[in-house]
Amino acid sequence: MVTSKSKVLKGSDAIVECLIKEGVDTLFGYPGGAIMPLYDSLFDYQDDLKHILTRHEQGAIHAAQGYARVSKKVGVCLATSGPGATNLITGLADAYIDSTPLVCITGQVASHLLGTDAFQETDVLGVSTPVTKWNIQITKAAEIPEAISKAFFIARSGRPGPVLIDITKDAQFDTLNFKYSVCKSIRSYKPLPNINIERIKEAAELINKAARPMVLFGQGVILGQAKDEFKAFIEKAGIPAAWTILGVSAIPNEHPLNVGMLGMHGNYSTNKLTSECDVLIAVGMRFDDRVTGKVSTFAAQAKVIHLEIDPAEIDKIIKTDVAVLGDCKSSLSLLTDYVKAKEYPSWRNRFSELDQEEYTEVQKAELHPDPESKITMAEVIDCISKKTKGEAIIVTDVGQHQMIAHRYYNYKAWNSNVTSGGLGTMGFALPAAIGAKLGQPQKQVIAIIGDGGFQMTLQELGTIFQYNIPVKIVVLNNEFLGMVRQWQQLFFDKRYASTEMVNPDFQTIVKGYHIETELVEARESLQAAVDRFVDSKESRFLEVRVGKEDNVFPMVPTGSSVSDIRLK
Amino acid sequence: MKKQFTIIVYTENNIGLLSRLSNIFSRRHVNIDSITCSESEIKGVHRFTIVVKMETDKVQKIVKQIDKQIEVLKAIYFENEKVVYQEVALYKIPVSVFSSGKEIEHIVRAHFARVLSVHTDYVIIEKTGHEKETTELFEALSHYGLTGFVRSGRIALPKSMESLQDYIKELEPTFNIN
Ligand SMILES: Cc1ncc(C[n+]2csc(CCOP(=O)(O)OP(=O)(O)O)c2C)c(N)n1
Repeated sequence: MVTSKSKVLKGSDAIVECLIKEGVDTLFGYPGGAIMPLYDSLFDYQDDLKHILTRHEQGAIHAAQGYARVSKKVGVCLATSGPGATNLITGLADAYIDSTPLVCITGQVASHLLGTDAFQETDVLGVSTPVTKWNIQITKAAEIPEAISKAFFIARSGRPGPVLIDITKDAQFDTLNFKYSVCKSIRSYKPLPNINIERIKEAAELINKAARPMVLFGQGVILGQAKDEFKAFIEKAGIPAAWTILGVSAIPNEHPLNVGMLGMHGNYSTNKLTSECDVLIAVGMRFDDRVTGKVSTFAAQAKVIHLEIDPAEIDKIIKTDVAVLGDCKSSLSLLTDYVKAKEYPSWRNRFSELDQEEYTEVQKAELHPDPESKITMAEVIDCISKKTKGEAIIVTDVGQHQMIAHRYYNYKAWNSNVTSGGLGTMGFALPAAIGAKLGQPQKQVIAIIGDGGFQMTLQELGTIFQYNIPVKIVVLNNEFLGMVRQWQQLFFDKRYASTEMVNPDFQTIVKGYHIETELVEARESLQAAVDRFVDSKESRFLEVRVGKEDNVFPMVPTGSSVSDIRLK
Repeated sequence: MKKQFTIIVYTENNIGLLSRLSNIFSRRHVNIDSITCSESEIKGVHRFTIVVKMETDKVQKIVKQIDKQIEVLKAIYFENEKVVYQEVALYKIPVSVFSSGKEIEHIVRAHFARVLSVHTDYVIIEKTGHEKETTELFEALSHYGLTGFVRSGRIALPKSMESLQDYIKELEPTFNIN
């Protein structure tokens, strides 16, 4: 145990000392009455802790998420009681479903006022319980160190997740005998299940007998830091591997065994062939319905192996034949020892054939459209991808542009994708990109956003300006809530109910925040604009007017089997 | 097919855990038939006994979700045959009814119940048994002007000899963390 000698401290100073002991150097937040003692303490610690004042608490928590996702540190975020705390809820829900480690500290009214409907009192434990891995309310200064050490341990261990600590104002003012020990275990909590070697052997046996095996990988590979282990496994076993939206960048797109994206707007080949494979190996993914389509027919012909850290995910959606519990970094390397070195040339050919079909039917027209037509989203992404050589961190919002970004950006760098996958939170990308840039300052960070989602959190341009954070922002403007409009077109008889957007002049708005900006409407100016955009050392904004009624294909309509994926 | 299950949950004694547990059910639109909670055989460890009616694969999933909560030491589900279970019911009867003849006394005896306490206006009858039995007594007494009725909810002990200590052992870390 790492313990320090005790000293008398104010509760709020103790919070800051705990954060420093946990290795925190950056935090995101927004002050208010109930958290003022903590902000007052932060004033004394400005050399150790950089606090980023966002323009909204939702911005603070999404920034903390972006920061955590790329830095592999715990994201920390502060908010005041009542409305400050409730503004965190969307981010908590997002971090919870996407397994992002966060510690959120909210101020709370003084303990004697709890339950009295005091000014800015909200039952924050109550409202955050369904969207946190753990939460706790602290009413005494002496409880602070233990709660914070547990919070960090819980947030980052096992399957990571967000944790909330609600601290009453009096607990921040009171003093305590401060002593900090880093939490190493909690009696009732087993973050890492034991790996059962028998399961590894059974899995290897299925794999070794397979004729058409396929790997589906998710964010577990990235969260488990299993970069080398995953690569070694698929390379030795020779198995084509397809990714979920959160799994991308666990292995470069260009890797010959990376066969592309799964799910509703994923690739044609990967979706079709999940219905043909004989052994399906799911690694660190949870069979979201956007990936499985109709569950009863999903890979029904295949034996299913599931490598997973969270026992509750086993058999939750898809019944497994062999469940390998454990951290995939360890289980993959064990499994690699037991699998035979193999290659599946004709099976892999099937992917290439279907890829060709997708190229002819979909990608060709999107990448090289009729010169008379409006710019397509795919052209923009392709241009950015080539210009950045696939090395940028791409932060996406939610909608058509998100799907297109994932389909056309050529991800090369490990862990270079930040998106709101499970919750699909519009407004996520701009603040998350701020966090990602602060988490990986040496990397190019590019946010790709729709005109709808941009307007959900665009006030964070203020944060970018105030702290001079060189993030790049692309808005693909189709003057529609494009993804919803696409569904209206395909499934609701083109009844475009409340999806058309009359937008402000984004150029003027961005200029108001003193950020360099450019608007592209003509295809001829795209390349040069993207060059300037990527090459700039400052934050820069690029708005591209794209086709208003373009659609994203392929598509697996909701409720259909993945094999029924449509090319148009 | 739906069946009745008893879910036993051992937990740390923390504020907020009850709502965390009940959320797991309500979120999946599962009705809890009964829930009881008290300290277990180990000081500081609490024990919930939850009765639900549902399909086996659903109860398995729910129990995993419960087990996943940080402050849950162990969650297990049992079919009725695998536990010894009881509940207590109390019945309130006006004295006027109770003393107006021998019927009530006969019913109480026939149902192996007992008179718990006698007051100026009313009598409290107590019966321990399975839900079916306490309900039978309720039905018998309701013909006579019952003015109050309450059941405790099920308490249950598993028939197997595995103990809480064994479960706590299982939780000990065997791999390095972080
Ligand atoms: C907070 C939130 N509200 C509503 C939705 C539903 N939704 C999903 S995609 C979408 C349209 C997004 O439009 P835009 O940001 O312009 O992106 P586009 O699809 O046009 O690329 C909407 C409204 C959502 N995902 N998140």
